[in-house]
Amino acid sequence: MNKDIFKIAGKKFNSRLIVGTGKYKNFKECARAIKISGADIVTVAVRRVNISDKSKPLLMDYIDPKKITYLPNTAGCFNSDEALRTLRLAREIGGWKLVKLEVLGDKKMLFPEMIQTLKSTEVLVKEGFKVMVYCNDDPLMAKRLENAGASAIMPLASPIGSGLGILNKVNIKILRKIVKLPLIIDAGIGDASDASQAMQLGCDGVLVNSAIAQAKKPELMAEAMKFAVISGRKSYLSGRINKLIIGRASSPKKGII
Amino acid sequence: MTRTNKIKIRANGKYLYIGKNSSVKDLLEKLKLPVKKVAIEYNKKILDKNKLKKVILKNKDIIEIVHFIGGG
Repeated sequence: MNKDIFKIAGKKFNSRLIVGTGKYKNFKECARAIKISGADIVTVAVRRVNISDKSKPLLMDYIDPKKITYLPNTAGCFNSDEALRTLRLAREIGGWKLVKLEVLGDKKMLFPEMIQTLKSTEVLVKEGFKVMVYCNDDPLMAKRLENAGASAIMPLASPIGSGLGILNKVNIKILRKIVKLPLIIDAGIGDASDASQAMQLGCDGVLVNSAIAQAKKPELMAEAMKFAVISGRKSYLSGRINKLIIGRASSPKKGII
Repeated sequence: MTRTNKIKIRANGKYLYIGKNSSVKDLLEKLKLPVKKVAIEYNKKILDKNKLKKVILKNKDIIEIVHFIGGG
């Protein structure tokens, strides 16, 4: 069997599960969950350093950026200027070029603002960034992002943090047909079956944050997500049976006593 | 305390006083922040971290110092 390799912007990764580092009780819990999940990419946010309380621990003290790929994200940015500023700063922290772009359009539903997302992608690509783009499950817009030089297409399954799972399976299937870039479900995953379903629809990977961080037992959910992504991928590659509306016996009729 | 030898700058939204002719590198040292783990914006321009010594702070400069935190 050919080896099933997961590559983003020319770089190989072992796990198809990307994990967010937000909303955990503390860095210790976050680091443990990430280890158990097997993820080798984690999303991180860029924020002001607290200069009056320097005793606060730093994320980098718990998750080593030499071992785990940090994927700076523009979560919380509501226009192109904010997103560009954030990612340019992220690059300066330590040379990060692989980034996740997320330009949100409204504070309540947190849907992506796709016009500004496309414009920002074009600017970032020109500046040499490898941009993984959070977007709607809109096949035409995904194609435009691909043409603009994005490195991965990251459609939502449902609103960020909602845990509603994949609301429009048909669109994800269409996206799989027309998008050549890595297709990674971002936002809305609620449990292991959602992650598995995303992989069975042909996605290359899944990004999960809230579903792990806010589960009653984050470490156990991290493990569940790890296996869900692996099993969903294997199921997709194995070629499932056709669906029938009648029964078909599993045992041969010949030799019945 | 006399502040004649000091200038007033704003770092991450907070006013603070620092000696005249201090560089951005001096500021990071004063704040005990590791250069490797942060990025700095100086009056809205992102600074090259190799040149922090050369940027001398002036009165009313606005500095933003950022790092990575947990996020989705």
